[in-house]
Amino acid sequence: MLDAPKSDRKLVAVENLKMHFPIHTGLFRRHTGDVKAVDGVSFDIYEGETLGLVGESGCGKSTCGRAVLRLYDITDGSINIDGDEIGSTPQGQLRGKRPTMQMVFQDPQASLNPRMTVQAIIQEPLDEHTNLSKEEKRAKVLDLMDQVGLNRKFAGRYPHAFSGGQRQRIGIARALALNPKFIVCDEPIAALDVSIQAQVVNLLEDLQQEFGLTYLFISHDLSMVRHIATRVAVMYLGKIVELATREALYDAPLHPYTKALLSAVPEPDPDLHDTMDRTILTGDVPSPANPPKGCNFCTRCPAVMDICKQEDPEYREVLPGQFVACHHYNGITDAAEIIAASEAQ
Amino acid sequence: MTDTVSTQSDDTRADAPARNQWWDVWDQFKTHKGAMFGAGFFIFVILGVYLGPYLWTIDPTYIDIRARNSGPTMAHPFGTDQLGRDMLARMMAGGQTSISVGLTAMALALLLGTLVGVLAGYFKRIDGLLMRTTDLFLALPLLPLLLVMVMLFRQPLSASFGPETGIFILIVTAIGVTSWMPTARIVRGDVLALKEREFVLAARSIGTRPGKMILRHILPNVMSPIMVSATLGIATAIITESALSFLGLGFPPDFPTWGRLLFDATDFMQQHPERVMWPGLAISLTVLSVNYMGDGLRDALDPRIRGL
Repeated sequence: MLDAPKSDRKLVAVENLKMHFPIHTGLFRRHTGDVKAVDGVSFDIYEGETLGLVGESGCGKSTCGRAVLRLYDITDGSINIDGDEIGSTPQGQLRGKRPTMQMVFQDPQASLNPRMTVQAIIQEPLDEHTNLSKEEKRAKVLDLMDQVGLNRKFAGRYPHAFSGGQRQRIGIARALALNPKFIVCDEPIAALDVSIQAQVVNLLEDLQQEFGLTYLFISHDLSMVRHIATRVAVMYLGKIVELATREALYDAPLHPYTKALLSAVPEPDPDLHDTMDRTILTGDVPSPANPPKGCNFCTRCPAVMDICKQEDPEYREVLPGQFVACHHYNGITDAAEIIAASEAQ
Repeated sequence: MTDTVSTQSDDTRADAPARNQWWDVWDQFKTHKGAMFGAGFFIFVILGVYLGPYLWTIDPTYIDIRARNSGPTMAHPFGTDQLGRDMLARMMAGGQTSISVGLTAMALALLLGTLVGVLAGYFKRIDGLLMRTTDLFLALPLLPLLLVMVMLFRQPLSASFGPETGIFILIVTAIGVTSWMPTARIVRGDVLALKEREFVLAARSIGTRPGKMILRHILPNVMSPIMVSATLGIATAIITESALSFLGLGFPPDFPTWGRLLFDATDFMQQHPERVMWPGLAISLTVLSVNYMGDGLRDALDPRIRGL
């Protein structure tokens, strides 16, 4: 959103976040390796903005989102949300911090308890964190249902009676119940059909304007991210390869992976579709349990160099506000040279 | 908010407290014919054995040796046994014991099984310990264990609670602590699967504490296997009690239970087959009605089947 008032205050600051899941094998269940789902990710989210997090399936987007909310015990790194460091806080002490940060889940079917009514589901955060009376809670729940566009009459129904879009609205109402500042949207639209996707995304935008929310919007739908995000981070195999403002990332991507990803977006014009020069990646994503030496993308990169197979590129700010992890931009700081290096690939 | 104010008039019903959910459960339960029939029969049996003795006032231990071994007559509708005791009165007295043993032992086994299963499934740290304990109990030979328990505890319990209550406590505990394992295993498996569902993760992101998490999210979703275990548990408990009485380890010989009546009657099966039939029918029909009831209850408790 261009017109959103962008504050300079960092609401979320993630530094070198690592989330490794141990692999135990053999008779004695020895620790033989790690799935490096998130491997050294750093980003900041400013108050009131939407950071889009894109990447293909299995690159660690969702894990990253959940780790930021400390739904996992992270391996390493620091997470600072609204001035509090929560990276190494024990789960028991996180409870007081939970109302500030909430999550909207991918699968609206699975994220709602089938045995609870809509009323009970939306009310759960209120039960946990407030001392409101029964009537006050009910009034608040009905209020939230109005805000997300659900009919008040549905409060006594169970989740299975709703369509996917309506269920996602229930999930959003639950996330809003405690007036959070920061919401992680974990592919909230992936399980919905296109017309409903637009409704849900517009709802999220309206709510952002109304309450000044900050989103981490995880998705693999590049066009939807382009619509909603202020800045976009591209993940590949547990690492952020490029982070830039929406305009910079979509107009002049620097990292070869971002270029490949953007060229995979369907082209509606049939003439252009037939003639356009697509970068088609070959091969599969390497296993996060055994990432390649050097740059994670070196096995599939169309512009791979020798150094890529030896050294892991540093993730650094190449242009103002544009972070890239790629050897092609080593040692150049001038904007014109960078664009030349990008076009040379 | 503004648009809701305008539609407030036809939405007033929505703002009233919702209809109690248990009415919906009852509505669904009513649609299950077998369950209604089962519930009707079960209530009939319970009323029969508890209120029946007030109408049929013959003492179940009264010996009328001249009327022994009689078939069904007006004076003794179910006949009499080899000592001339009235079978109907004995069936009612026996039913009281059998049903209360069945219900209490089932409740105990269910409580233990659910507790162990939920704790083992939810808390990874104690999973190994609890499940190995379960395996240990499963590996114990049931009858020798019961025999030892009865041998050891019959006297002290009888002394402190009186012979009948003492034996009742002993039998219920014995059946309870030896039949919770299947429930624990089933519940643990379901909890393990449920724990990975997104709505549990959602509750964690809200900051729900483990205790509330179990009560609010885990237990309601493992109701189905628990209900099935419960209905099967009543049946097993009644049958185990019969087996114990049959072996002479249960209640004292002059104290009627359905199992004991069945055991006593087997000697006279050739001459008086009806004497085996009454307790046999009572046990089977009670067990069957409870099973149907459990089936209906399980359906009624599931909002998806209830169709709301």
